[in-house]
Amino acid sequence: MTPQTPGPARTTGAPLPSGAAHSPGSAQPPGSTRIHDIGYRHYDGPRLGRSYARRSLYTQSLRGAFGLGRSAKSKVLPMILTGIMCLVAAITVAVALAVPGSTELPMEYTRFAIVMQALIGLFLAAQAPQSVSRDLRFKTVPLYFSRPIERSDYVLAKFAAMASALFVLTGAPLVILYAGALLAKFDVADQTKGFAQAVVSVALLSLLFGGIGLVLAAFTPRRGFGVAAVIAAMTITYGAVTTVQAIAFESGSPGAVEWLGLFSPATLVDGVQTAFLGATSAFPGGQGPGAGVGAVYLAVLLALVAGSYAVLMRRYRKVGL
Amino acid sequence: MARATSVDPVTVIATESLSKRFPRVTALDRLSLDIGPGVTGLVGANGAGKSTLIKILLGLSPATEGTAAVLGLDVATRGAEIRERVGYMPEHDCLPPDVSATEFVVHMARMSGLPPTAARERTADTLRHVGLYEERYRPIGGYSTGMKQRVKLAQALVHDPRLVLLDEPTNGLDPVGRDDMLGLIRRIHTEFGISVLVTSHLLGELERTCDHVVVIDGGALLRSSSTRDFTRTTTTLAVEVTDSDAHPDGTAALRGALLAAGVRPHEGEEQGLPGAGHILLLEATGEETYDLVRDTVAELGLGLVRMEQRRHHIAEVFRPGTPDAEARTMEVQTP
Repeated sequence: MTPQTPGPARTTGAPLPSGAAHSPGSAQPPGSTRIHDIGYRHYDGPRLGRSYARRSLYTQSLRGAFGLGRSAKSKVLPMILTGIMCLVAAITVAVALAVPGSTELPMEYTRFAIVMQALIGLFLAAQAPQSVSRDLRFKTVPLYFSRPIERSDYVLAKFAAMASALFVLTGAPLVILYAGALLAKFDVADQTKGFAQAVVSVALLSLLFGGIGLVLAAFTPRRGFGVAAVIAAMTITYGAVTTVQAIAFESGSPGAVEWLGLFSPATLVDGVQTAFLGATSAFPGGQGPGAGVGAVYLAVLLALVAGSYAVLMRRYRKVGL
Repeated sequence: MARATSVDPVTVIATESLSKRFPRVTALDRLSLDIGPGVTGLVGANGAGKSTLIKILLGLSPATEGTAAVLGLDVATRGAEIRERVGYMPEHDCLPPDVSATEFVVHMARMSGLPPTAARERTADTLRHVGLYEERYRPIGGYSTGMKQRVKLAQALVHDPRLVLLDEPTNGLDPVGRDDMLGLIRRIHTEFGISVLVTSHLLGELERTCDHVVVIDGGALLRSSSTRDFTRTTTTLAVEVTDSDAHPDGTAALRGALLAAGVRPHEGEEQGLPGAGHILLLEATGEETYDLVRDTVAELGLGLVRMEQRRHHIAEVFRPGTPDAEARTMEVQTP
């Protein structure tokens, strides 16, 4: 404490009993100079414990991913990205409504997230480091672990919050598409099926992307590196995989195309939804994996999600108290 | 209020031959402690095992052998309950710069299990008690070291724990800030009724603040006793006088006169402190010593700048000639 911020009684003249002003070592004069006022009050209310703390951390992290409860500046990017996602969906609906005689949306529900994968990657690159790198960099983590919550609570809350944020980001446009389709009086059963399949797909995507993003961010306490690492893992691998796929397809080895898709998060999701969720593959020539290879895709995806959780748990064992 | 424990003379922290061994280091070596309510200092050089002990007490690190209980709860099995009732202030920085003290402490209160409304109320109260006012709405990044220490203390107190563990709370503070923090630590017990375990490598400041001091070295207990035991055996009197025309060196003149009267001042203590050469230290055997000094100074016609009681130093637990040379070199402050 610098001289500019002396003890309570001296700065404000507040009638606080100022133990700080007593000369150290001198016995406390019993009751002689004490001014009785709002002294310390004990807390007798409920203590809601571990699960409440975990929920609170989840809520705070989820809100934080959209800049809520944070500075105005940190709202800009997530809000713009969410806005663009919804705007694209709205335009798609507008096109469907404007074209006379159309019987379905100009884009499959399942295709939407794949088309927008760069934006999703950008959102993740900005928000995953915000969510975990800060606590590591400023060494706030020990404060959590000195409280009732455990390592697994922290990791679960952060993981769930990141995945939920991505689910909101990718799910909201789907809702707009679905609402638009119903408004255009397209076949309800058809639309509902496509919408439901896409919701499952983006749920898987959210878990996968969220896990990878958090792992990368948790190993890069410097925020800038975290952002770069996430962009590299998401967007650059996607670019590389699709390019090599195109070359493989052109050079007449279409068999390689379906295996190459395993090597980037977005194409992995594309493979899974092509095999199991009725999507049309975005791979060159529509060469998506069938059920057999699709099972490999699904296994890899689930292994990556589980692996992300395991790696995060390991990571936080090191940085505890 | 189930708060009887902070008043009754019960054990707040108890350890029984607690050991913690890492592959290459023994951090704690059969440490047995029995710490009651009040302010307890935990002294030791860096690496003496203080932080390891705190980790074990919070139930975050299993002991290699031995047992420990905090507030009567076994650290091995009831860590979560302990952490709900205990506050912890780490030694290092732990504050994000981009949020305000209020937002941060509210969040930490909720992490301790306080419902939203209670978290807000307790945060406002606690920040006021640690001495943060208008600035609590500004981002922490702009705070001075002293203000940051207060925020760290506030997050440890916000859930109204029954015990707080403070790890080197005066680190990095200037002398004024140090005194303020020590006063605050004293108040945590005297006014808030919360027991305190405070670590430091500075013996002097714990002497002033604590009821009880535990000294550990190399993970083993060196000494555990109340600060009065440490310091009460004799009273040392410090006397400082002015020089006069008749006595150009007033200190020397007084020393001579006192020797003649049969009182032998200490030689060569307090070396290296500013003005040490002008302060006479002597043993006060009773009222008559004070009278003698007063009369002698008056007879010599010197001005009496000060005459104060100076308690013996905790540093003296590290007696010369014992193998605790490392510990004896720890920084020592005068009261």
